[in-house]
Amino acid sequence: MIADGTEDEEKWLAAGSAAFKQNAFYMQRAIDSNNLKDALKYSAQMLSELRTSKLSPHKYYDLYMRAFDELRKLEIFFMEETRRGCSVIELYELVQHAGNILPRLYLLCTAGSVYIKTKEAPAKEILKDLVEMCRGIQHPLRGLFLRSYLAQIGRDKLPDVGSEYEGDADTVTDAVEFVLLNFTEMNKLWVRMQHQGPARDKERREKERGELRDLVGKNLHVLSQLEGVDLDMYRDTVLPRVLEQIVNCRDEIAQYYLIDCIIQVFPDEYHLQTLDVLLGACPQLQPSVDIMTVLSRLMERLSNYAALNAEVLPYFLQVEAFSKLNNAIGKVIEAQEDMPILSAVTLYSSLLKFTLHVHPDRLDYADQVLGSCVKQLSGKGKINDTRATKEIVSLLSAPLEKYNDVVTALKLTNYPLVVEYLDNETKRIMATVIIRSIMKNNTLITTAEKVEALLELIKGLINDLDEPEGLEAVDDDDFEEEQNSVARLVHMLYNDDTEEMFKIISILKKHFLTGGPKRLKFTIPPLVVSTLKLIRRLPVEGDNPFGKEASVTATKIFQFLNQIIEALPNVPSPDLAFRLYLQCAEAANKCVEEPIAYEFFTQAYILYEEEISDSKAQVTALQLIIGTLQRMHVFGVENRDTLTHKATGYSAKLLKKPDQCRAVYACSHLFWLEDHETIQDGERVLLCLKRALKIANSAQQMASNGQEGSAGSVTLFIEILNKYLYFYEKGIPQITVESVESLIQLIKNEESMPSDPYAESLFASTLQFMEFQKQKGGAIGDRYEEIKV
Amino acid sequence: MNYLLGAFKPACNVSITFSDGKNRKQVPMKKENGQTALVPLFHSQDTISGKVCIDPYQGKKVEHNGVKVELLGQIEMYFDRGNFYDFTSLVRELDVPGEIYERKTYPFEFPTVEMPYETYNGVNVRLRYVLKVTVTRGYSGSILEYQELVVRNYAPLPDINNSIKMEVGIEDCLHIEFEYNKSKYHLKDVILGKIYFLLVRIKMKNMDLEIRRRESTGAGANTHVETETLAKFELMDGTPVRGESIPVRLFLAPYDLTPTHRNINNKYSVKYYLNLVLVDEEDRRYFKQQEITLYRLKEDTSS
Repeated sequence: MIADGTEDEEKWLAAGSAAFKQNAFYMQRAIDSNNLKDALKYSAQMLSELRTSKLSPHKYYDLYMRAFDELRKLEIFFMEETRRGCSVIELYELVQHAGNILPRLYLLCTAGSVYIKTKEAPAKEILKDLVEMCRGIQHPLRGLFLRSYLAQIGRDKLPDVGSEYEGDADTVTDAVEFVLLNFTEMNKLWVRMQHQGPARDKERREKERGELRDLVGKNLHVLSQLEGVDLDMYRDTVLPRVLEQIVNCRDEIAQYYLIDCIIQVFPDEYHLQTLDVLLGACPQLQPSVDIMTVLSRLMERLSNYAALNAEVLPYFLQVEAFSKLNNAIGKVIEAQEDMPILSAVTLYSSLLKFTLHVHPDRLDYADQVLGSCVKQLSGKGKINDTRATKEIVSLLSAPLEKYNDVVTALKLTNYPLVVEYLDNETKRIMATVIIRSIMKNNTLITTAEKVEALLELIKGLINDLDEPEGLEAVDDDDFEEEQNSVARLVHMLYNDDTEEMFKIISILKKHFLTGGPKRLKFTIPPLVVSTLKLIRRLPVEGDNPFGKEASVTATKIFQFLNQIIEALPNVPSPDLAFRLYLQCAEAANKCVEEPIAYEFFTQAYILYEEEISDSKAQVTALQLIIGTLQRMHVFGVENRDTLTHKATGYSAKLLKKPDQCRAVYACSHLFWLEDHETIQDGERVLLCLKRALKIANSAQQMASNGQEGSAGSVTLFIEILNKYLYFYEKGIPQITVESVESLIQLIKNEESMPSDPYAESLFASTLQFMEFQKQKGGAIGDRYEEIKV
Repeated sequence: MNYLLGAFKPACNVSITFSDGKNRKQVPMKKENGQTALVPLFHSQDTISGKVCIDPYQGKKVEHNGVKVELLGQIEMYFDRGNFYDFTSLVRELDVPGEIYERKTYPFEFPTVEMPYETYNGVNVRLRYVLKVTVTRGYSGSILEYQELVVRNYAPLPDINNSIKMEVGIEDCLHIEFEYNKSKYHLKDVILGKIYFLLVRIKMKNMDLEIRRRESTGAGANTHVETETLAKFELMDGTPVRGESIPVRLFLAPYDLTPTHRNINNKYSVKYYLNLVLVDEEDRRYFKQQEITLYRLKEDTSS
């Protein structure tokens, strides 16, 4: 069916072309013999081929172009005729004798062109006559091409400013009038195409119209190229008239194309000065017109214009470009009730980009845009359209990109409101975008207020949103990554002022604690670290010479810390809580806050006892306890005793002998602090070491019973030897030369056992060390001198 | 034999010349045999003067019972061929009975002749003016010579020349309003006008303006009416929409038109009509006919 159609069309075109050529040939012959009458006759016959209704626009264009070429020849002939004395007025009448209208009008236009050139009548009169007479062709396709021919021949004959056809009677107003009239008529014809023919051909018709649109748009192009169309002319005549036509034609395709055409062909400067007019037309367009693209392009153009010509910026302000655009968008959205949310958001997105480009200093504008956007989104619930969501993300990212500074974005009060409309997934994405931006630009967020705002923005990461059940959970890896980014973010929230910093931290706490168990293990540590940092910066108590009561005291902060960490054991990460307690205890130690430190330790112990059950974990934990406790100097004798006692107690209770042994000898350090004379209890050090030896012994026995690898036990002895040496070196009286010597002897005996390369090398290096200390001389050297190996 | 032949041959050559023949304008006229000949042009109230020249053939004499010249205005109906109705008949006696031996010239003059009707060559009727010279003879038959004239009469500019304006339509289907700038046009005039489309519910293919001539001859039961379309002029191509107005500009000059004739000597009438024809896509025709009056305007320069 369709194949037949095109085949037929080819046939018709071929037939038409053949007849056309033949008549063109006769016409040429008549021209060659200066026979005006025959030239007219054959040219009319030739042009009759254009009367066909059987060709598609594409094919018709073929024919039209041939006619165009032939008519050029005829025009030259007419010109010559007038030089030979034929009155051009008569010629102009003569061509109108043709009986068929289409050839007649083509000839009339051609003769009119000659008429104008001879300047025997004002160009405007002739142009006006031509454009008026062309009304006779009401067939859209034929009419469009005829008028396009008229536009073509008229183009260089317009009485434009500076043109040779300009005169007292002919002004650019006439030129504009002519082009506008022709434009209007062409557009009417073009629009009419839509409504002719059966409905089933709609698609084909729209395609054909697409092919023809440039014929119509050409007129606007001509207008834009007229010298005489200055801003006043454009504002007072051209634009209103063109818009009137566009609005009144009530055709989707035409409105979309032509508005865009206006935006593209006329200078930006004009657009800027006539924004309200142009924008005023937008809400009047058909609801189906893709106004979003149109306006986006306009704003894009204006943004580029502003970007390229900084000196025009004052004009933007002067004409209040922003508020006009904003209003217009509001109206458009209002007018087009079923406008998809995507379009609306895209519009706002473009507007936002525009204002960011043009008025980077006017944050309130950006905020207004977001505000309008919120208004638009409200009542629509969460957005489901993925494209719209993407567009919102891009909308929200724009300010971040522009300012490279989230702080600025935080000033936009409507920003979080927009975020609110995103689905959870997207909220999270948006939040990561924000955080990434902060990280990239190393933006410090310094006030509690901003922190509050920021947290509100990235709520998606901090809280479990009321996600409907059954939705696929976030991928674990993703989740981890997100939470890590939140953790990183904590360090960007910083203020030198401790009070403010405390506020920030309090806010963080408030939010983080609501974040649910899964998040806490990511969010709490950075928070604690950050808090500890704050503590370190606090002036030491009593150092406040002004007697001013500091509102942020270490005590307060420690309480605060306690609260935070307390949250952790509830979630399955006691390890973490445990470590954090110890950290805090150490910090309290530095601040000389004994009760607090003690409290932290107690907490840590409780955790150790209740939550840490894995033996390996216990070992590690115990090491941490011992390490931390060793450094604590704030405790009084009693507290310290309690704690150390406990620690040694734990050590002895470890499951594996080697572990026990190691823990116990480590405990020895708890009783000997070099710089604190109060904590120097050689007796107990020795006790610990002896106990360690005992355990090592029993470990060895168990080993020889084949219960355990024997290699380990020697290592234990050597390790204990090292401890002995350490304390010996420190000069603890209870550690005697004999005890060291006997230990060395013991190890040497054990050495005869199946060898263990690790133990051997360890022992060797120990001996080497002793030798080295001897060589060093001095008091220590002397002490080593005493040891006989 | 020669003598005998000579007896049947006209014995003389009769010719008619006009005194202003060299200056007088001549116009082409279609003769009965289809050829066109140039014929002198006269107007009413012209003085027709000239000479009749009778030139006997060598050695002949023309015996006659008188020579006369007549100016005849005749109407000839084709269905009644051969019958002429003379509405004008003027006679000048040029010679008393006698004999003509050699070339003899008679001047004649019809001063300020009333020639109320124009020469007309229609389908069924012809109106002509002719000068007829008769050399009356007895039994051998009279010698006759004719000279055709063309008479055209100028009309003054009409005092009243209203435009034609009318709204017509088919209910719920097509409503148009048309306007022609005048109701009376001279023959080289141009018809200007506009067609407004007030309602269009049919798919139109094109619109033409036709000039039709309606010639009616005879009277009463014997009336013959003949209508010819002299011009078919396409005004519009395609289907307009409501509110469109289509311009009309039709030059009358290229068409072979005459003035409107009304009831010429109770024998015939020639009327002109503008016929506006709309053709739809199924080739149905919708038309409206309006009479216009054509008249001949005295032109300053030509014809």
